[in-house]
Amino acid sequence: MDIHEYQAKELLSEFGVSIAPGGLAYSPEQAVYRAKEIGGHQWVVKAQIHSGARGKAGGIKVCSNDEEIWNAAEELLGKRLVTHQTGPNGKVVYRLYIEQVSEIEREIYLALVLDRNKQRVVIVTSSEGGMDIEEVAATKPESIFRLEIEPAVGLRDFQARELAFALNIHPELISQAVHCVEGAYRAFRELDATLVEINPLVVTKDNHILALDSKMSFDDNALFRRPRISELRDKSQEDSRETAASDRGLSYVGLDGDIGCMINGAGLAMATMDMIKHKGGEPANFLDIGGGASPDRVTKAFKLVLDDESVKAMLVNIFAGINRCDWIAEGVIQAFGKLDVRTPVVVRLSGTNVEKGMQMLKDSGYPVITANTLSEAAEKVVAERNRVINAA
Amino acid sequence: MSVMIDNETRVLVQGFTGKIGTFHAKEMLECGTQVVGGVTPGKGGQTHLGLPVFNTMKDAVTETGADASIVFVPASFAADSIMEAADAGITTCVAITDGIPAQDMMLVKRYMYRYKKEDRMRLTGPNCAGTISPGKCLLGIMPGHIYMPGNVGIVARSGTLGYEAASQMKACGIGVSTSVGIGGDPINGCSHRDILELFEADPETKAVMLIGEIGGPQEAEAAEYFKQHMSKPLVAYIAGLTAPKGRRMGHAGAIVSGKGESAAEKVTMLQEAGVTVAPDPSELGSTMEKVMKEVA
Repeated sequence: MDIHEYQAKELLSEFGVSIAPGGLAYSPEQAVYRAKEIGGHQWVVKAQIHSGARGKAGGIKVCSNDEEIWNAAEELLGKRLVTHQTGPNGKVVYRLYIEQVSEIEREIYLALVLDRNKQRVVIVTSSEGGMDIEEVAATKPESIFRLEIEPAVGLRDFQARELAFALNIHPELISQAVHCVEGAYRAFRELDATLVEINPLVVTKDNHILALDSKMSFDDNALFRRPRISELRDKSQEDSRETAASDRGLSYVGLDGDIGCMINGAGLAMATMDMIKHKGGEPANFLDIGGGASPDRVTKAFKLVLDDESVKAMLVNIFAGINRCDWIAEGVIQAFGKLDVRTPVVVRLSGTNVEKGMQMLKDSGYPVITANTLSEAAEKVVAERNRVINAA
Repeated sequence: MSVMIDNETRVLVQGFTGKIGTFHAKEMLECGTQVVGGVTPGKGGQTHLGLPVFNTMKDAVTETGADASIVFVPASFAADSIMEAADAGITTCVAITDGIPAQDMMLVKRYMYRYKKEDRMRLTGPNCAGTISPGKCLLGIMPGHIYMPGNVGIVARSGTLGYEAASQMKACGIGVSTSVGIGGDPINGCSHRDILELFEADPETKAVMLIGEIGGPQEAEAAEYFKQHMSKPLVAYIAGLTAPKGRRMGHAGAIVSGKGESAAEKVTMLQEAGVTVAPDPSELGSTMEKVMKEVA
């Protein structure tokens, strides 16, 4: 789960990471008022969307007076920002963060990640702050310093100092830097984060170390024990189809194609999408209905796929291990009964109780197109999709 | 011979008396697995499915002489159960549970490293389908009937795609020595490479099928291992060619977050190492058939 910049900053500051004075605004009026509250003579108005690279997309504006703040807020609120991380549809701005402008001496990159290779928390830092880290890794790999943290003992002071010295932090500021890195590490561990990124972490002209922009992501599997983090979820930043699916316990990812998919198992779902592509089609979604799916769950999943108006044909591919083909067939029949299904549906069943499931589909009288193999199913669904497109 | 499990394996079920534990314990018994009991804290002394229930893994191992366990404990407590298995002297543990927090798994791995390599428990999963040696032992949740005994090893991150591979091979008359699910989580027990090592050393396994997917470094490690150390033919398939970058595709670990993690990059790495990559997921069986003919 992702959260907004201002939420990440609030959390990090509770763990001792310093941030610049700032506040949230939902309207131009609030934005102006916030700036007054914060004080100073220059402010940044920052669009809060779940994406980085907001500056390039025009989502961050530096303002020097009330009028500029008002205008910036008016322009940004309700605007759809498109960055290279949001996809072509972009994300709508509903919240702004108003922050005092800091006078920057230098910019640093700091991130904590759960490294899959090391299977530990790794701290990545670079003296090249403000840049995309992948770009830094490609152009200035020597500026990157990595630190692997032993999970049982955690981050030690000497390691944080090592990191600060590697970044050439002024000796007078070392303890501030150590405090910041250790705070970020504790936040990572105690909140079940998968990513804490502070970019840039800045040293100001008046010798403070501040997190100027930050991003945090959390482990969905650990949310059961982090109710406070769950509260920070902002559904306006999610694909509405994905929100509907996750609320129903289904794993769904919306894509750009027009062939709807309903599959059991994440691996088989990906493989089926690949197969559709291989036969010349484009999948409209990833959808894993999981193990032990009841007929009701199948019906819900069916509805979810067909609710997407771009879907021209649908493929159901089930390899039943824990699932049973007769349950799946019952769910499909129920869906045909309850929903006005006008989209061609291709069903491939395999595994436990396959004969029974296939017979049920045949006996139902609904126009279900059946297939025996993955390849045949993909071929048929692509042919159906082309038929629908050509007929239109 | 087979890897990890055989008809001598004595199995404990962790989370034995729950709905899922009960269902799959029955299935495993039907497949001929020697399930010797289970653990549900607080229900020690009871009998379930005609087998003894214990409060702790230590008691269960002492009383039954079990050497393997399968974990169905809910995600919030599962990491603890895996550590308990390691502590009780279990040598092979399969964690079926999906949804274990990644930082819990980080601590599990750290805990397992307390033991010397030769005494260390071999963990597969979590979030996996388990392991099967057809005709000998099922330590997992896969439908036993789709597997035919034979001499091809399967190692797969995805459960259902592992089934797909087994059934396509069966249709071509190719059987399985052992099929190992390693699971779809970002931090897991055995890696692709660990299982390839076992297959390479197993006299009953003549060739191996590797089913990978987007995300993580494990397929790259497998490619490197194949190039340096493997004499047996390897067929691979990587799921997720159409998966967009930065999106999690169901499995907690199926996300392209860095260089070398996309399906296309993994396919290239495997091919460059000399691995035969199946062109699409409907040709898992036929590609293996071709490779085995070439070898013969």
